[in-house]
Amino acid sequence: MRYITPRKAAAGLGSAHSGTGHHWAMTVSACALILLTPAFLLVVGSAIGLPREALIGYFGRPYPGIVTALFVIVGMIHFIKGTRIMIDDYFQGTARKGAIIISVIFSWAVIAAAVFALAKMAFITIAI
Amino acid sequence: MADVNRGNRPLSPHLQVYRLPVAAVTSILTRITGHALVAGILLIVWWLVGAVSGPEAFAMADWVVRSWLGFLILTGSAWALWYHTLAGIRHLFYDAGIGLEIDEARKSSWAIIIGSGVLTLLSLILFFIG
Repeated sequence: MRYITPRKAAAGLGSAHSGTGHHWAMTVSACALILLTPAFLLVVGSAIGLPREALIGYFGRPYPGIVTALFVIVGMIHFIKGTRIMIDDYFQGTARKGAIIISVIFSWAVIAAAVFALAKMAFITIAI
Repeated sequence: MADVNRGNRPLSPHLQVYRLPVAAVTSILTRITGHALVAGILLIVWWLVGAVSGPEAFAMADWVVRSWLGFLILTGSAWALWYHTLAGIRHLFYDAGIGLEIDEARKSSWAIIIGSGVLTLLSLILFFIG
């Protein structure tokens, strides 16, 4: 028997024991992506069709490089947290754990690949 | 129990026979577009990595990006991205307690459907003209 009021039991992190951290992270990344989405579409739209050297020079410039890096990083973190909700809804037990692990590993691999490619383009452009 | 009429009672709606209201369709499409966007981002990231990997790797990725399959994936992704963005903005309004009435949700659903189509069309026009 714990001598605490019902209000005290619900205060703080609540019944989920993790508070509203997930929801707040989705809200913040959603707001960031509202700004990044049109910028990213314009950047990629201008890049499709360029020959290889011109493409490397294009993404080696600060604005296209930064917008693309931010979109992939924020987008994939938003994706990890979004798939987590879907996984929690449709999977249970070991399948749930496995799906979450695959989602996180996959998303960070995509982020690493994009950041590596963009960094290399920036360095190649400096060398030119 | 024997004389209870079991065949003529209203049944709860079943997904396979129940015509979803437009707000339900736009709600589930938010989740579907969000997950399907992985195809578009994978193609773009593969293309970027190909560009720094070498001429052959880029030629292959660039060929896929500019093929009819690439056009289909990227145009579909552009629509999914606009749709998910508009539906996400609606979620932010929902969180603030705005637009939760049935009639308002129906109107915002149609705004998302039409708006995402118009924005995708504008994106395509800008891509081919600009």
